[in-house]
Amino acid sequence: MKVLMKGNEAIGEAAIRAGCDAYFGYPITPQTEVLEYMSRRMPKLGRAFVQAESELGAINMVYGAACTGTRVMTTTSSPGYSLMQEAVSYIALSFVPCVIVNIMRGGPGLGNIQPAQGDYFQMTKGGGHGDYHLLVLAPATVQEMVDLIVEAFDLADKYRQPVTVIADGLIGQIMEPVAFPELKAPQRPERPWALTGAKGREKNIITSLYLGAERLEQENIRLQATIRQIEENEVRYTEYMMEGAELVVVAYGTAGRIVQTAVKQAREEGIAVGLFRPISMFPFPYARLKEIASTAQQILVVELSAGQMIEDVRLASCDQLPISFFGKMGGVVPLPDDVLAEIKKLVK
Amino acid sequence: MSHIVIDEDRCKGCELCTMVCPQGDLVQMAGHFNVKGYRPSVFVDPEGRCTGCTLCAMMCPDMVISVYRTPRK
Amino acid sequence: MTQEAELVFSRPESLSDVVTHYCPGCIHGIVHRLIAEVMDELGIRERTIGIAPVGCSVLAYNYFECDFAEAAHGRAPAMATGMKRVEPDLTIFTYQGDGDLASIGTNEVIHAAARGENITTIFINNAVYGMTGGQMAPTTLPGMVTTSSPYGRDVKTQGYPVRVCELLSQLDGAAYIVRRTAYKPAEVRKLRRAIKTAFQVQMAGLGFSLVEVVSNCPTNWGMTPKESLKFVEERMVDYYPLGDFRVKDEVKDLR
Repeated sequence: MKVLMKGNEAIGEAAIRAGCDAYFGYPITPQTEVLEYMSRRMPKLGRAFVQAESELGAINMVYGAACTGTRVMTTTSSPGYSLMQEAVSYIALSFVPCVIVNIMRGGPGLGNIQPAQGDYFQMTKGGGHGDYHLLVLAPATVQEMVDLIVEAFDLADKYRQPVTVIADGLIGQIMEPVAFPELKAPQRPERPWALTGAKGREKNIITSLYLGAERLEQENIRLQATIRQIEENEVRYTEYMMEGAELVVVAYGTAGRIVQTAVKQAREEGIAVGLFRPISMFPFPYARLKEIASTAQQILVVELSAGQMIEDVRLASCDQLPISFFGKMGGVVPLPDDVLAEIKKLVK
Repeated sequence: MSHIVIDEDRCKGCELCTMVCPQGDLVQMAGHFNVKGYRPSVFVDPEGRCTGCTLCAMMCPDMVISVYRTPRK
Repeated sequence: MTQEAELVFSRPESLSDVVTHYCPGCIHGIVHRLIAEVMDELGIRERTIGIAPVGCSVLAYNYFECDFAEAAHGRAPAMATGMKRVEPDLTIFTYQGDGDLASIGTNEVIHAAARGENITTIFINNAVYGMTGGQMAPTTLPGMVTTSSPYGRDVKTQGYPVRVCELLSQLDGAAYIVRRTAYKPAEVRKLRRAIKTAFQVQMAGLGFSLVEVVSNCPTNWGMTPKESLKFVEERMVDYYPLGDFRVKDEVKDLR
């Protein structure tokens, strides 16, 4: 049964359906509706909700709740996401699960509240200090957002890592019909590592401090092994009208949506163009893109930024073919016709 | 008789325990060094004046002193 | 023959049998023991979570026999909030120094208190950043020489020390805000009672509790341990008056 719902609110409901037992957030446009929605729903379900004093407070509350093995989420937007980076680095090395959603906005700096994709590097290349990568999932529709949020909680538990969802103000603010999974009561599976009170067991310590170099190296080796597993198992992407595509457009999230319309129009005008839309921004689908690069004639990368994912596209294609870029900064959102014009320029 | 037991090699020679003994100087700093290179505290109570009041142990930051008390008749 | 002497003072079960890294004469060790004694007395070792700060007590998790987490610098009260909200039956306490709480972490502790979080904070104020080698802290006294106030703290350019208890006592969410010390046994006894009360305030769900401990730092003050206690007694307590700064009525009924 589908319901028409705003993206931000769907994030909240999806988390609730996935058994999220605690939400800690802070107001920042364009994602504040998640906070508002959770402030209505979570107390009614007897689940924890706190509007923190800052994003710093929020992510450290998430860290605390995660240490007890509870399903916990926070949502924010670019400047807030930047404030969270230190704690995310701690959480990654502490091997405790949580879900973090970044509804990106125009940047850098205070920027504006328009949709943008300028946080790609920060989200996919670690973001905080030290060696780590987080799983980054990129929805292009409200339904996909819901499905990925529900999955994010399972992935966080599976790898005992923070899992992030990369979206932007457009997906957060639009309303689309969406279906939700059954409401799952928050279950607390057996987590021997969790801080639940040392009753009948040795005490548990959750820390990211290892003063001995070899000891810290061990933890890093364990973290890198987890990341390798994520790279092996969690690559996701989708392809649209890729059969016989000579020009392949690579775009994700909102940019992916816009390109899809442009590709449809171009195909109607007989242009052999297709869309490759990564959904896991980390792990990036290098292998598949390398295959595509070996058959396509050229690639066009479209991003709502100065071009960040393009570096991963270059890595994947190893310069087998020319790669062009079309992007908009400052929160400007191109129309499908703008993308169609770029496509036509390239295939003349 | 009431007395204290000093775990000599845990002592860091901070002397805080020697400041508070109501009987005067039952706890003093030793002349020798312990395994850590600190002069440990030592219990000197030839006349058995210790009442087991635990003040020295209360001031010790390192759990060096255990206190035994003989109930008064 | 006199009766067998009875052991009346020994390591509390909640305190690990571990030699600490603290400097000789550091009051941290006393406060650790008192917390452990209170945990034993209240029988809560098995359902308590401690949160260590960044600072000299960053390794506190090695010294207690209860579950422990390590917070980012200054963020322990937020971490404790997250834990308490999802595990309301557990007793959660943060253990923080003055750099952690009164400098980078003031926002977190103020809002935890304002929200009336049912957590307990043990705040060690020794007027210096100990772990990093003796820099000025927000609680460094005027004129006090540290490695980052080498000419003595100049209030004109480096401002005035922060009195945390007075600050937090303005917040209605705070149920129990007191300042104690440990430079002599009588004070250690009062400190122990305050720590016990603070835990009882949390267990009774009365709101935020904090015990500030006016403490010492022989190494970074450049004094012997005995001299440092004298400095606490004469100079520190003078600027940081001992006493109760906010005690909700319901707390009085607790005793």
